[in-house]
Amino acid sequence: MRATRAIELGTGMFVLLGFAALFFLVTQITNREIGFGDTGFRLTASFEQVGGLKPGAPVSMSGVTVGRVESIGYDFTSYQAQVVLRIDGSYDRIPDDSDASIFTAGLLGGQYVGISPGGSETFFKDGDRIEFTQSAIVLENLISKFLFSRAGEQGTSGSTEETN
Amino acid sequence: MNRLLRELLDGARDSVSSVGRYALFTGRLLLETPRGLLRFRLVVEQVYNAGALSLVIIMLSGLFVGMVLGLQGFDLLERFGSEESLGTAAALGLVKELGPVVTALLFAGRAGTALASELGLMRATDQLSAMEMMAVDPVRRVVLPRFLGGVIAMPLLAAIFSMIGIFGAQLVGVQMMGVDQGQFWSQMRGAVEHGDVMEGVIKSCVFGVACSAVAVFEGYHAVPTAEGVGRATTRTVVVSSVVVLLLDYMLTAVML
Repeated sequence: MRATRAIELGTGMFVLLGFAALFFLVTQITNREIGFGDTGFRLTASFEQVGGLKPGAPVSMSGVTVGRVESIGYDFTSYQAQVVLRIDGSYDRIPDDSDASIFTAGLLGGQYVGISPGGSETFFKDGDRIEFTQSAIVLENLISKFLFSRAGEQGTSGSTEETN
Repeated sequence: MNRLLRELLDGARDSVSSVGRYALFTGRLLLETPRGLLRFRLVVEQVYNAGALSLVIIMLSGLFVGMVLGLQGFDLLERFGSEESLGTAAALGLVKELGPVVTALLFAGRAGTALASELGLMRATDQLSAMEMMAVDPVRRVVLPRFLGGVIAMPLLAAIFSMIGIFGAQLVGVQMMGVDQGQFWSQMRGAVEHGDVMEGVIKSCVFGVACSAVAVFEGYHAVPTAEGVGRATTRTVVVSSVVVLLLDYMLTAVML
């Protein structure tokens, strides 16, 4: 009888430790908070270009994380990307003329949505739409624009030389 | 010439039929699983044997694997100037790959050999035949609980291994090498997703079935001599290791 009790105790401790480890792996090393679901409110914003923005990316004001990107879809009426942001309930005093931009953290870091507050006296409510948005900067576009403008300059200067 | 050909053909047929025997035996064990779970007490005893008794070696190995990962990862990432990503590298490496695989290999060496030699000795000392004489099915009474115990223990062991490993990497990276503690954890949290953890859990479940099936198969079908039991134990380690590494490649390719 004592032997079985020791076995039960050992097994119980092993199983508990195992599940504690699993729980640790699921909750502590991933960022999806459990139970975040129903607090806070939703805002939508349309962007010309979302770049590498992904659901779960932080929404920040002055570097403070105030929410997360909930979903990204495509809106066929405005032909723009539709981003749904979930803002934590305690940040309920964001002026309704604030603007949202997509930034990149560091040179190769992940992208996030930054909100810079406007001057309005009324605040965003659940379901509101952020009117002023600025798209993500796509590095390749920037480089190609730069290269093409350089090429254009050289082309025109070359032709002027020829005429001379 | 004719004889050589026949021997080759016989060899090929033998290896194919041994694969068949493995498959049939594993299939039978899986089919009987619901019935085996009803005899819960027997299974609990085997979870203790396969899991709780392997805990020390798993935790010790996990700690050192994590610490080595911390050292090597730091050395590698420092060359790119991104040693803050050490947490991500260590966590992903442990959760997705090293945790399940190293646990399975250690499990084959620690619990698999114990299972195989126990069953082999039961076979050699006619205990299994005695059960058959008493109309007790030895597969149900002896083999199935051991198989299920291994299957249940493996994912838990792998999770413990990964967790201890992450702490080991943190110990080396943060305490010894001076990576920022906050960066270590927050970058890890930002990059690791639930899918990555699930991938590791699925892998370790598959490895649990494979390792346990190999061990009980080799033990149950051991030649009933001292040499036969020894050979069954050796084959358990060899076959499980090869099967685990093979399955690991296939699972990774499928889930990546």
